Amino acid sequence: MGIVEDYVARTEGTCGKEKDVIVIFRYEKKDEAINRILKRAKVEKSLAGIVFELTFKNFSFRLYQSGKAIFRSLKNKDELNAVLTELLS
Amino acid sequence: MLDPYKIREDFPILKRKVNNNPLIYFDNAATSQKPRQVIEAIRSFYENHNANVHRAVYTLSQEASELYEDAHEEVAEFINASGMEETIFVRGTTEAINLVAYSQALHDLKKNDEVIVTLMEHHSNIVPWEILSKIAGFNIKYVDVNNDGTINYESFEGAISKKTKIVCVSHVSNVTGVVNDVRRIAKTAHEYGSLVLVDGAQSVPHLPVNVKDLDVDFLAFSGHKMLGPTGIGVLYGRREILEEMAPFQGGGEMIRAVEFSSKTRRCSITWNDLPWKFEAGTPNVCGGVGLTEAVKYLKKVGMENVKEHEEALTKYVMSKMRECCKKVKIYGPQTSTAKCGIVPFGVDGVSSHDIALFLDNYGIMVRSGFHCAQPLHEVFKLNSSARASFYIYNTCEEIDRFIEILKEIEQF
Repeated sequence: MGIVEDYVARTEGTCGKEKDVIVIFRYEKKDEAINRILKRAKVEKSLAGIVFELTFKNFSFRLYQSGKAIFRSLKNKDELNAVLTELLS
Repeated sequence: MLDPYKIREDFPILKRKVNNNPLIYFDNAATSQKPRQVIEAIRSFYENHNANVHRAVYTLSQEASELYEDAHEEVAEFINASGMEETIFVRGTTEAINLVAYSQALHDLKKNDEVIVTLMEHHSNIVPWEILSKIAGFNIKYVDVNNDGTINYESFEGAISKKTKIVCVSHVSNVTGVVNDVRRIAKTAHEYGSLVLVDGAQSVPHLPVNVKDLDVDFLAFSGHKMLGPTGIGVLYGRREILEEMAPFQGGGEMIRAVEFSSKTRRCSITWNDLPWKFEAGTPNVCGGVGLTEAVKYLKKVGMENVKEHEEALTKYVMSKMRECCKKVKIYGPQTSTAKCGIVPFGVDGVSSHDIALFLDNYGIMVRSGFHCAQPLHEVFKLNSSARASFYIYNTCEEIDRFIEILKEIEQF
């Protein structure tokens, strides 16, 4: 199993013009995934420890304490996979 | 008035926690939660009565057939249809609309005929017509929606003509909760000799609906939005129209006889009686049983009470949003009159998906996106919206918690 499959339960394209992608981390691994991501990405803003506005390379995304993240402006699934691989490694 | 706290005791799922918070379920326009009476009826059916329906002589099949037929009767009475012949069980609203499109429009409509569809429709009441217009060659005329989300009746009256064969309209918008004046639309449509198909997915679960009073030809709705299980829905159709319509799918339940002629080497087929003529294959018997219990539950609560309760919640949430939230915008109608318990909204500078994810963190379930109504979002010039939708088990206390979290979201 690759690192992304190890941490990610499913991804969901959002409905709406925005075309964002929601990443849902495996429940039992969500805390570990959040810690790994927070170590690698830059925290631009945090709201009550519930949500983190993050940047990583040229990507901006929000990470929720519930174990979900919303990525914006990704070209495709391969790009998402590449970003997640780096963030979770 | 109904007592939501007493009702909540019947809904096991409402006792669970999500992300360590009590579940607040505000996505009832997508699907409703199920009372234990419905869950128990489904369990009991499989434990005690499960068999295929009709044509078998043994006891279990007789019991299952009776339960399935009773379900049709129960639903017919609920919407004041003339009898079970007028209530066809399908998978849901989408299949009901497709049934009319394929059995009626595909056979009877030709080039230059017209179908009227409003811009507030769910994709389920747009896409079948777009698909079939390309096959049958009929035209589609779209009726405009005003900025407040109400139908532009002048646009409708300007679109209808002698060429119009079917008018397709939602009773209640799944985005804004606006209640359309279906009686007015049906009256005009009938004056022009057109049929009227009403998407009742958001009205039948939330308002008293009487097909005779509305004077519509078809009414489509889903069981799962009205406390019943998924996979069961209803198409009401006027008996005389259904009798003339071609079957939708072939096989099983919809057949009376298939006779092979050795002379022509072809089969001649006789359709079954209504409603079975439109229920090909082994039907969703258990779904029907669950739907019966859901209808009985709603009857016991009283549909006027359901309507009043949701109106009160809508009024409360809209006033709280205005009073407590500076960056929250309510889309569609700005008053709670002529509106069901659906409130689309946004927070300045925050995407609808972020709103939904933030609320989810606190165990509050709301929908985000287009809600399968992209054209209406284009009318509103919105990329997407968040939507809170209520039902009989929701409370003002839950709304207070929701408002509290919305205020936090405003700090984004």
